[in-house]
Amino acid sequence: MMNSMDFNSAIFYVLATILVASSLRVITARNPVHAALFLVLAFFTAGGLWLTLQAEFLAIILVMVYVGAVMVLFLFVVMMLDINLERLREGFWSYLPLGAAIGALMTLEMALVLGGRYFGLESVPDPGTAPAGYSNTKELGRLMFTDYVYPFELASIVLLVAIVAAVVLTKRTRKDNKSPQAGDQIAVQSKDRLRMVSMPSEKKEET
Amino acid sequence: MISLSHYLILGAILFSIGVVGIFLNRKNLIVLLMAIELMLLAVNTNFIAFSHYFNDASGQLFVFFILTVAAAESAIGLAILVALFRNLSTINVDDLDNLKG
Repeated sequence: MMNSMDFNSAIFYVLATILVASSLRVITARNPVHAALFLVLAFFTAGGLWLTLQAEFLAIILVMVYVGAVMVLFLFVVMMLDINLERLREGFWSYLPLGAAIGALMTLEMALVLGGRYFGLESVPDPGTAPAGYSNTKELGRLMFTDYVYPFELASIVLLVAIVAAVVLTKRTRKDNKSPQAGDQIAVQSKDRLRMVSMPSEKKEET
Repeated sequence: MISLSHYLILGAILFSIGVVGIFLNRKNLIVLLMAIELMLLAVNTNFIAFSHYFNDASGQLFVFFILTVAAAESAIGLAILVALFRNLSTINVDDLDNLKG
């Protein structure tokens, strides 16, 4: 029993170290492609940590949605843009002391509140592993389609709006576009299309 | 043995790294978006830790919704970024001064 607990602690510390190190590299990497790849590593490691918290469904969703979709989108955009890296790094070192000090202070303050006194094992005991036959995915699905069905529908609307917004924002019409305008086609009158020309009849010339 | 406060402090460290990332990379719009993703990841980790230790699956549902909103946010953010780069040929935050703010 003790061995398995030590094993859990070891997994937590290894994953937490990788997570913190890779997220530090995300914000310090010179090349945005490297930053995106380190963010992929951070998401993978966070997925592992969520597995140790017995949230299997969300761990898989994190890997599939974030690593598989969002980060690939980031990489596409980073590689599509031709950016001048040196100009973007201006001021990095001058902001570093202030930023690091504020970050350390924030971490310290939050650690004082969140430390072992209120959230330790004495106040919040470990619930242990779920019973056999318990399905995290099934439980989440039950909640999602009963208690949280309206937020679920709202989430789908948010995604729909995001799709439309992304398409509208990046849509580009070419200047030499020759496709007809639907509004002009509907508003057209018959006199715009047909021109009546009165021509006097001519006599047949005698030769 | 790992307690709830271990996960919460890890979340605090991750969140602070995200904030520091916004400080350091305030010229580079792409890394700003990545720092925001890091902060959201920290918040999600906190939600899942609380959900596990208090035996309430609602916290995991909230993580699901946060993931949805975060995906929409990054999609729109990157679309704005692409439109911006197409018009100005830069993603430097200092160059975005058309509104004279």
